[in-house]
Parts: sequence; C-alpha cells; structure tokens
Amino acid sequence: MAEEHEHEHEPLPEGVPPVSRRGILFNLGLGMNVIAASLIGIPIIGYVLSAVFKEKAQQAWIPLGRIDQFPEGQTRLATYTNPFRRPWDGFVADIPCWVRHIENDNFQIFAINCAHLGCPVRWFPQSGLFMCPCHGGVYYEDGSRASGPPPRGLYEYEYRIRNGHLEVRGGETPNLSESV
Amino acid sequence: MKIFASIYQWLDDRLALGRLYDQSIGHRIPASASSWFYVFGSATLACLAIQLVTGTCLALVYVPSPEFAYASIEYLDYTQPFGWLLRGLHFWGSNFMVALVTIHMIQVFLFGAYKYPRELTWVVGSTLFLCVIAMAFTGQGLRFDQDGYWGLEIVMSILGRIPFVGMEATHLVQGSPIISGATLSRFFTIHVFVVPAVIISLLVIHIRLVLLMGISEYPVAGKKIDPETYREDYEKLVERTGERLMPEGGGKDLVFTALILTAIVTCAVVIGPKIPNGPADPSLIHTVPRPDFYFLSLFAVFALMPPYMESFSIVYLLPLSIVILFAVPFISRGQERHWSKRPGAIITVVLVMTSLVILAYEGLTSPWSPHMNAWSGVPIQPQFVQGRTPLEHVGATIVQGKQCRNCHSIDGTGGKRGPDLSGVATRLTYNQLVRQVLQGDGNMPAFGRHLSPYEVTALVSFLHTLHPENEPPSQNSAPEAAPPLSTDPY
Repeated sequence: MAEEHEHEHEPLPEGVPPVSRRGILFNLGLGMNVIAASLIGIPIIGYVLSAVFKEKAQQAWIPLGRIDQFPEGQTRLATYTNPFRRPWDGFVADIPCWVRHIENDNFQIFAINCAHLGCPVRWFPQSGLFMCPCHGGVYYEDGSRASGPPPRGLYEYEYRIRNGHLEVRGGETPNLSESV
Repeated sequence: MKIFASIYQWLDDRLALGRLYDQSIGHRIPASASSWFYVFGSATLACLAIQLVTGTCLALVYVPSPEFAYASIEYLDYTQPFGWLLRGLHFWGSNFMVALVTIHMIQVFLFGAYKYPRELTWVVGSTLFLCVIAMAFTGQGLRFDQDGYWGLEIVMSILGRIPFVGMEATHLVQGSPIISGATLSRFFTIHVFVVPAVIISLLVIHIRLVLLMGISEYPVAGKKIDPETYREDYEKLVERTGERLMPEGGGKDLVFTALILTAIVTCAVVIGPKIPNGPADPSLIHTVPRPDFYFLSLFAVFALMPPYMESFSIVYLLPLSIVILFAVPFISRGQERHWSKRPGAIITVVLVMTSLVILAYEGLTSPWSPHMNAWSGVPIQPQFVQGRTPLEHVGATIVQGKQCRNCHSIDGTGGKRGPDLSGVATRLTYNQLVRQVLQGDGNMPAFGRHLSPYEVTALVSFLHTLHPENEPPSQNSAPEAAPPLSTDPY
C-alpha cells in the first residue's frame, strides 16, 4: 500500500520502468550473492588451477649421482627425485631416466617415457635399442626413432656436471606438447 | 494390522507416499514396454547401487596416498574380513555396469527410443555413459598398481597432444608436473566425489525424463512417429493398455536384475577381484602395462593407427565421436522406429561392435609389441639348427642375442611385430637379407652399427637356411654372370 501511496505523489515519467522496493531488494540480493560467490569461487578456482601455474621456473637441477657411476660407452637406468616431492609421495617420487655416457663430459639423458604414449622404454645393450612394451616404439641408442608409432625420438633432459656429479634438469614429465 | 494402517495413514498424510508411488514406480506404462528387451536400464541402476555401497565400504579402508594405496589394497585382499569379496563385487560390478550400460544404449538405439520426444533422455543418458567410463578409468587408476600408474601416464600423454594447452592440461589433471601423490588424490576425488555426484544428479534428470515422456512403447514396423500426434497417441495407448510399472509391468526387470546381481556375486566369489600387478613404483620399468578390458580397443587403436593420424585423431576425432554420440537423435530424425526399417542403425551397431571386439582382441594379444623377454627366454626348435655349419650356428645365436626374436618369431614363438622368420629365405635373397639387417626398412631398425662384418655374415648365413625343405631359398632372378670369354687361343 505504501508503494501505491508514493506513486500517487510522484507519477513516473514515460518510459521509465516502475521501481519497487521489492525489485531493488531482489536485484541487490542477487548482486550481493554474485559478489559473495566470487569471493568464495575465485580462491577455489585458484586452488584447483594452482597446479597449472607452477611453471617451469621451478624446475630444479637434481643430482643423479657421481659421474663414475656411469661408465663410458654405456647406458644405465638412473632415478632422480621429483623436485616437487611431497612427504606422502613414497616411491612415486623416484623418477627413472636412461643415462647414456658417450665420452668424457658428453652425456645424453633420456626420459623413460616413450614419445608415443608415455610407457617406460627398456634398454637392450646387445642390440643398442630402446624398446617400448606398449605399442612397439623402438629407438636407437642416441634416442632417435628407429621404428614403430612414436612421432619423434626419445625426450632428452638437460644436464650439467658439478663437482664430479651429474645433475639433471627434471621436474616435469615430457609430452608431445613441449619437449624438456 | 490396524496400527500399521494408521501409521501408514499418518506417514502418507505427511509424505504423500501414495502420490509418490503413483508418479514413480507405480506410474503406468504401455503393456508392450514390459519386454525382456527393456530390462537393461534397471539392471544398470542395480549395478550403480552395488557400486555405491561397495565403493563406500572400500573407502573405509583404502588410503589414497602413493605410499599406502597398494598396501591398503593388499590389506583389503588378505586381512580385512570380506575385503576381497567387496573388492570383487566392486570390480565385477564395474565390469557388468560398463557392459549393461552399453547394451542398454544399443537397445535404445535399435528400438529408436531416442526419437521424438525422448531426445534429451538420450543426451543425458550418453553423458551418464561417459561418466561410467570415467568411473571405470579412474577406478583402475586407484588400484595404483603398475597398470594403473602407466595407464595414467598414457592418458597424460594423450592430453599432452592437445595443441597449445597440452602441458597445462596435463598439469591440471596430474595436480603437479609429474605423476605424484597429488595425481592419486585427484583421481580419488574424481572417482569418489565428483563423478558420483554428477551421476546421481544426471540420473535424477534421466529418470525424470523417463517419467515425463513415458517409457517408449515397443516399436512396430511401419508405424511412424508424428510429432503432431505422438504424445496424444501415447497417452491413449497408456490409457488403453497401460499397467503399473510395479507390480505389473516390471516383473521382468526384477527377475533380470536379480540374475545380474547373482552373476556379480558369483564372479566375485569364484573369480575374485583383480589382483594388482605390483606397486606403482615408476622405477620398476620391467612392466608391460595393459588397461582393463573396456580400454583395450582404444589401446589397440593407438598401436594400429598410422602415426601421422594419431594426434589429429586424438584431438579431433575422439571428441567428434562423442559429439556424434550426443547428436544421434538430431541426426537420425526418420519417423520409423522399428529396426527392420532402419538398416543403417543395424549396420552402425554391427560395425561399431565388431570393430570394438576385434580391436579389444588385438589389444589383448598386442601383436605389435615386442615380446620383451623372447630373446632370452624363447627356445629354438631343433629343425632350425640341425645340420647347420658352425658359422650358421653362430648366426642362430646372434638372432637370439641381438633381440631379433623380440619382434620376429621362428615357428610361431617370439614377438609378432615383424614377420615370422621360419621361411625368410624364401622371401629375401642373401643380398637382400644383408641389406635388411644392416639398414633396416619399413618398421625394422637398422642393425648396421651393432653388428661386426663377421656377425652379419654369420647371421645372414643362418637366415638363408630358413626355408621349407621343398622350397629353395630365393635367388636373384638375373642369370649368373656368364664366365669370361676364354682368351685361350687353343
């Protein structure tokens, strides 16, 4: 009744939609809830997406062992610890890779993951081949593709040598979108 | 008895039980819908119930951390009273659910039940189907054995092929740049909270749509759907022949559901749960990862597709096939429902199912994968070495030692990736064998750098003896060069 009373005193100009207290309250409530929902939602989205924003910058140099653990001319399996290891990760944090010591300070460090679909490739020193048990990708000793479905050679990690220790720049499982 | 009646009266007054019954399991369906072909939806629903109950119970023991996931599954299998049985029920429940939801879809497809006015029921149902597949995949990941771990790795590699945002997508799903505890937690959350919530919500919509539109009547060949009159006709049909779903129309559902539940229990008791194949330790690389059966066909596709098509197929064709699945009611708009008038539908089902089964069989046998231990573990039959020269014997040893047999079988044993070598001498001449070994070709790596000239000679000498008794080794078809003309004047 109060609204009708007001209308009597101040008739609305043409073309202006009627404004009621209920209407304002409804829109105000809606707007306040949108703001409140954003206050709750944005941090939640950030929380879930935080895994994406952790960028390569965080990739650390991770020790693989002394150089003399990798005899010249041989390719050996090594594991490095995931630099983002959490206390409950257990052995899943031990990431394997193949270390090929060519000569002197010359190494190649291959990701264990087949470039096709990520299965673990196995090294066969007798024939000098890496073979994948999933879809039959085969690579030569230098990591180049020999046969099978992989679209490229094995992924190589960057490495460096510090005080007689081999260090690998790991921290990210390579896939076709971006090589290490 | 009077007291029960008055309790019911009181409850009905507050909860409107009678109305609830009338509008749900007591709603009227056309008599023709009470058919043995119409039992698969409710059986799928029963599987869902089993999965929810057993899954909740398993979560009481299972620990979603890489350190303890495997141990907690072993605990379930061997220590927890009835743990093995519940794991078995959950495992077989999932197998049956995937199978039943597929059969349910095929039935709906062949019966044209997705046509007007039930298009949305199909769309929601297809989403439910994808959810069931998602549950199956995340569930096998939670087993967190070697198959589970490398299965995750394969999916991450698939995601990695998405252009531009491949790495971001991988990280988002993994929860970190490398598969880790965060990945297992995510899969646990998705499997236990997210997808079940989606399934229950969609199921409410699915069933509401079924109740709103009514169960489709059994199709009659030649009877066309006319959107103008269909609903009216349907209502008349229900009025004329209708019966309540329970207790009149649903007896077959009840019988079939009970049979399915019994089958699940039997499988769980007799065959048992899937035993995890070793802890998900990524450094144990001597593993041959294989997915559970519903993904074997996909697994096979990735091996058999030409490499140049692969990324394209993953990024475009896979989503496109899902879009087509959803679009079925909007593509297939013919008015005929009966399968005998829809040969295209039958061809589609036969083609799709035959392909899936063949691919799954191929995935199971994986002839494309090197047989990783064949070189050291597979014997050679006497007839392939008997009466050979020492040089040829050395060659036979090289065939084993250089892992040739990982890809090539001899007399059927060994890898199936390359051709069987039993009769290789009938296909390639001596010189062709030398070239093939040194340079490789097609799908064969070149071995030139890892064989000394002596080894090549020995190896090829041996391979050249591999031919059936009555079939000579192949020879250069060019005639032997004529001996030089004698310059002898006499």
